[in-house]
Amino acid sequence: MPVPDRSIRRVAVLPLGGLLLGSLAGCGSLGVQPWERDLLAKPAMQLVADPIDAGLDDHIYFSKEASSGGRGFGGGGCGCN
Amino acid sequence: MQLSKSRPASSGQIRTAQIRTALATASCALLGASAPGALHAQGAADEQWDIDSALMIYSETDRVSAVEPVVKMHRQLDDDNEVDVTVVLDSLTGASPNGATPSADVQTFTRPSGGGEYRVAPGETPLDDTFQDTRLSLGGVWTQALDRFSRRSLGATASREYDFTSLSASATWARDFDNRNRTLSLGLGVEYDLIEPEGGIPVPFASMAPAGSAQPRQGSDDDRTVVDLLFGLTQVINRRTLMQFNYSISKSDGYLSDPFKILSVVDDAPGATLGDSVDYVYENRPDTRLKQSLYWQTKYHLEEDVIDFSYRYLWDDWEVASHTFDLRYRYMLGGGSYLEPHLRLYLQDAAEFYRYNLLASEAPPQYASADPRLGEFTGTTIGLKYSMPLDAAQRLSLRGEVYRQDGDGSPDSAIGSQQGLDLFPDLQAWMLQVGYSFRW
Repeated sequence: MPVPDRSIRRVAVLPLGGLLLGSLAGCGSLGVQPWERDLLAKPAMQLVADPIDAGLDDHIYFSKEASSGGRGFGGGGCGCN
Repeated sequence: MQLSKSRPASSGQIRTAQIRTALATASCALLGASAPGALHAQGAADEQWDIDSALMIYSETDRVSAVEPVVKMHRQLDDDNEVDVTVVLDSLTGASPNGATPSADVQTFTRPSGGGEYRVAPGETPLDDTFQDTRLSLGGVWTQALDRFSRRSLGATASREYDFTSLSASATWARDFDNRNRTLSLGLGVEYDLIEPEGGIPVPFASMAPAGSAQPRQGSDDDRTVVDLLFGLTQVINRRTLMQFNYSISKSDGYLSDPFKILSVVDDAPGATLGDSVDYVYENRPDTRLKQSLYWQTKYHLEEDVIDFSYRYLWDDWEVASHTFDLRYRYMLGGGSYLEPHLRLYLQDAAEFYRYNLLASEAPPQYASADPRLGEFTGTTIGLKYSMPLDAAQRLSLRGEVYRQDGDGSPDSAIGSQQGLDLFPDLQAWMLQVGYSFRW
């Protein structure tokens, strides 16, 4: 199927490809030793540092935009207007 | 503790106890910091609940406003089990664009119930101002360690509002590799929605009938199912950097139209009425949707501050495609307080069946919707959060954000009297949130 000539599709692969390549390039030295987890252990370094904020934001954007999900599973649908 | 019965300790015993305590603390910190998505702390059972609560007020200029209290409770049951319970109440009232275009004349629309009508002034975006709903959502997740390196989460959510019921369940499995520097996760979610709109399900492309007369309806309710699959990779890059990569695919089947959305049918015959609305018909969307997304998130710890950046590319077989960039900077103020500015940019392409309006001379297409949420627009969010600890177990936060959507209000397809009218209903909204966390 031909890719539509739309701005969003044209540039879609650029940032993603770049970040994957950038990440994989350093694969040999990824990770830390168990005693080097002091910073990663902080609440602020959790992937979802504020679950309530994330849930409320997801609900707003789900009801106002045509995109949703991607990060994890949400908290149920709504008949949003 | 039975301190009163303990004998005085010798200095050797004290040192041994101190070392033991230090080792235990260190172990807990390491385990708690294991791979992302891991259990909070694989320690002993907790007698208390960690409770996050918030009250959000959301308001759109001239449109919908909502008040939404949320309570999220977390508890460690024992070494291997923990539960999360979330309760959300969502009270919504106000107006929403009905899909019709503005017109140079006064427009009259029938309310969804068929029992009344509302008028829209010339040049104004047609808004149906009858929305009033309260939603209650109850969800729970049980996370269980299966062995030292893997765990699973089972979740269920039920939500109910006046015209909509949603039931969903999810199962996620995650396993750590490479000294807990890498985590692979796999998730499956299923959702069932029952739609019972006021007035019933409209017949696609049928004309809106005058108030008080028989409305074109094909039943009182309809439903849909959604199945989601999510593959995740979490990677510790170094002591300061953590990354998450997700691929997700989502399949929806069933009633995916919006029963309250219509399209204007516009006169396209050359003459004095060129561009005037001559009819309003109910929208029709495909009954399946296949949606996919790639998601990348990076957390980076500076000296004290933390940067949280994420990017999502989403596309589907409705030809919707979107970029979402999200940046949060947690600026530590000292003493556990922080300020967190937030920027979000959302760029969306229109669905292939999105139309500003239909033309009187054309046969109805297979699918069409004028819902601005399916149109091409840019969404921008700017926000700021302040959070401060009250004591060791309590925290207070305040968050404010503004959100706006900008689309093309003067498309090339505008004809006759449409030219000069703003055909895309831009949106401005603000939200305020007060949060309070405590142990109970």
